[in-house]
Amino acid sequence: MSTQYSAAHSFNKVMEILDRYDRSEEKIIPILQAVQEEYRYLPQEVLTFIATSLGVSPARLYGVATFYSHFSLEAKGKHIIKMCDGTACHVRGSAKVIDAIRERLKLTDKKITTDDMMYTFQTVSCLGACGLAPVLVVDDEIHGQVTPQQALALIDKIDAEEKENA
Amino acid sequence: MEKYVYINDRPVAWEGEKNLLELARKAHIDIPTFCYHSDLSLYGACRLCMVEVEGRGLVTSCTTEPFEGMKVKTHSQQILKLRKTIVEMLLANHDQNCPQCSRATDCKLRDISNRLNIDNVRFRQTREFKTVNLGSDCLTRDPNKCVLCGDCVRFCDEIQSIGAIDFAGRGLEVNVSSAYGKSLAQVDCVNCGQCAAVCPTGAIVIKTDVPRAWEAIHDSKKTVVAQIAPAVRVALGEMFGIPASDMTTGKMVAAMKIIGFDQVYDTSFAADLTVVEEANEFIARKSNGGKLPIFTSCCPAWVKFAEQSFPSLLENLSSCRSPQQMFGAIAKERLPELLKVDKKDLVVISIMPCTAKKYECKRPEFTREDGIPDVDIALTTQELGRMVREAGIDFESLEPESFDLPMGFATGAGVIFGNSGGVSEAVLRYAADKFDIPVPESIVLQEVRGTSGLREATLADGNLKIAVVHGLRNARELADKIIAGEAEYDIVEVMACPGGCTGGAGQPIVTTQRQHRERTKTLYNADKTMAMHRAQDNPFIHELYDELLKEPNSHKAHELLHTAYRHRKRIDDDELSISTGDAKDRCQIRVCVGTSCYLRGAQDILAKTLQMVEENAWGNYFDISATFCSEKCDKGPNVTVGDKVIHRAELAHIKQLITEEASRRVK
Ligand code: SF4
Ligand code: SF4
Ligand code: SF4
Ligand code: FES
Ligand code: FES
Repeated sequence: MSTQYSAAHSFNKVMEILDRYDRSEEKIIPILQAVQEEYRYLPQEVLTFIATSLGVSPARLYGVATFYSHFSLEAKGKHIIKMCDGTACHVRGSAKVIDAIRERLKLTDKKITTDDMMYTFQTVSCLGACGLAPVLVVDDEIHGQVTPQQALALIDKIDAEEKENA
Repeated sequence: MEKYVYINDRPVAWEGEKNLLELARKAHIDIPTFCYHSDLSLYGACRLCMVEVEGRGLVTSCTTEPFEGMKVKTHSQQILKLRKTIVEMLLANHDQNCPQCSRATDCKLRDISNRLNIDNVRFRQTREFKTVNLGSDCLTRDPNKCVLCGDCVRFCDEIQSIGAIDFAGRGLEVNVSSAYGKSLAQVDCVNCGQCAAVCPTGAIVIKTDVPRAWEAIHDSKKTVVAQIAPAVRVALGEMFGIPASDMTTGKMVAAMKIIGFDQVYDTSFAADLTVVEEANEFIARKSNGGKLPIFTSCCPAWVKFAEQSFPSLLENLSSCRSPQQMFGAIAKERLPELLKVDKKDLVVISIMPCTAKKYECKRPEFTREDGIPDVDIALTTQELGRMVREAGIDFESLEPESFDLPMGFATGAGVIFGNSGGVSEAVLRYAADKFDIPVPESIVLQEVRGTSGLREATLADGNLKIAVVHGLRNARELADKIIAGEAEYDIVEVMACPGGCTGGAGQPIVTTQRQHRERTKTLYNADKTMAMHRAQDNPFIHELYDELLKEPNSHKAHELLHTAYRHRKRIDDDELSISTGDAKDRCQIRVCVGTSCYLRGAQDILAKTLQMVEENAWGNYFDISATFCSEKCDKGPNVTVGDKVIHRAELAHIKQLITEEASRRVK
């Protein structure tokens, strides 16, 4: 599939998803979930299109989409890194790891995705794995008791893999 | 048999009150609330209205139904403590710049905090203050004053059926927002301002134009004239401790003269003119089989709502401008000569019960070719009250003065415009002869008066059917029925605000329904005391026709007093780019997927177009996008292919055009 069709493909997918869930307001959550899987985030124009199709106000849909931290209205990177900053992790030095990652990826607490769309880095409050604190999640894989060095090594590893595949 | 509830050990007869809060109010106890509003659904979120019920412990009184023999305490030690805690928590995250807040005198948070004797806030601020301003020409938002009661959200959704604002975010980030955090001007907000009227704090307030008004008044080169809408005179006094049962017309005129307005006129004069124009338009439609029902068009919130949501009804809207705009047009046409002033030095300021009038006067069609707007500044009742205060005028003790002539003379018909049902009644008074309606001597058409959301009247032996609605949800439901052919009328009057303009959001803040009813009554009483009750009896209206307009709906009248409507998109959104080609010479295909086009099958066209382009491997030659409302909704589905705009698009036609475009490009 050439790149020019991938957007068209995604849009066809949105229509399919809407049909699959009967364009029903009750199914907003699964619809948004499926659409996010397709785009990796929820583009604003796609949300407006969904609101029109479901007959709900865009403000209501926006409210739902922003209520769940699972949904993202900003484009997300290919690799998602999350650092827990809950109490337990914080006490065990998560702040240092967070700083190191942000510095390496040139990100801040407001800017969470790298310009090349390769990484998104977010902090979350408590992943429920306090025994392993501080906890880092890289593409859904949990790493316990991480140090700044280990975190940076994990990013190096992804970089190397990406280079190989490029 | 009587049922009793014991409130603070005293028996109170329970006569069907739906919750403890209302029952307590009857027993003279005003339990503090933030999220309770008798017209809206129950939310039960602020917990401020807690009471203690024997056997049940603490309950929220707004959501608790009474039962026979219930024992309730409304100010136990525990409750008083709890209330304080709640209010202190709210204050901790509230930007307490009260002296600079326009709601300082009627803020519920301030009032409750004071009532609860709070002298210290024990909590730290946990939310970061935001600088977001989601305002419009009519409203300003300050999220740092929001107590998250949800009244605005529920009003906009439940009463107006718009849903322009909703809660967004979670945890500490929760706030009231329009879609994607856009400003209210970029979304489907109709500027009714009712969200601001129900807001207990200064989190949504009227955008002030007072500084602009002062500037004009202080400019010695300018001649500043005012027009005052009918509903203002029954509410302004409330800001100065005068009950709504007293008309303050005379004092109001006096105060405005002291402020420095050169002439003070009455919008009711223009309302009389509206009656003549609209009644004639209606009579003409009725006799030549024109579009019926005719919908009234004096409420700019309703007009914008119709433009956004009912493209198929726009031709039904009366082409008459609102009284505010009729006044403006006539003023700018006639007053330069009458007052011996250059047109560019004449400033028309209107005093309105309404926030949407600020938007209306800025609509481009109400500025003429010379770039001069018909109405320069629209102020609300609240803003006028604030100017009176700022000037230090002791309002209550003023001796009444009268409006200036000629545009200050009105009949009762023009005055009752401020009430829901008033426009219909005024038009009927005009058209009664025509339809052989026996008009009672008092000229009161009881059928269209009242408070219910939809009122209907059938007159002239069934030849004349009228509906009066207020609140836009009621309007939407009725319009849907009319479109579906389930209801038929000759005249439909729509006002966005509950009770009509007397309940407008520019009026002083009210806390009880009784105040609303009082204003309505006073306005009807005003009609009774006036010399004339029918617009056609106004001698100055006759003079205006003789000297300028010639006859109703004449060419000149159309130029000055009528207008046209257009389809309007609900949200300013970028188009959704679906597929981009990379050939140098590409053709743009844009399919509108806004609501109207969507309902007419635009999505299928889009899907099939994509499919066709893909199957033929033409992707390089086309940029395909979905757009949101190209404001031609009545002609949907709308599609553009290259430089061709296709209305009422059909798939076969679109496919043919695409094939042509492709064959031109594919070698
Ligand atoms: S002004 Fe009216 S339409 Fe706009 S957000 Fe407020 S309640 Fe909704
Ligand atoms: S803006 Fe006002 S009415 Fe709306 S939730 Fe906040 S405090 Fe309540
Ligand atoms: S009903 Fe009156 S006050 Fe309310 S928006 Fe319409 S014109 Fe303005
Ligand atoms: S008023 Fe009852 S919970 Fe808010
Ligand atoms: S929805 Fe308005 S033009 Fe398509």
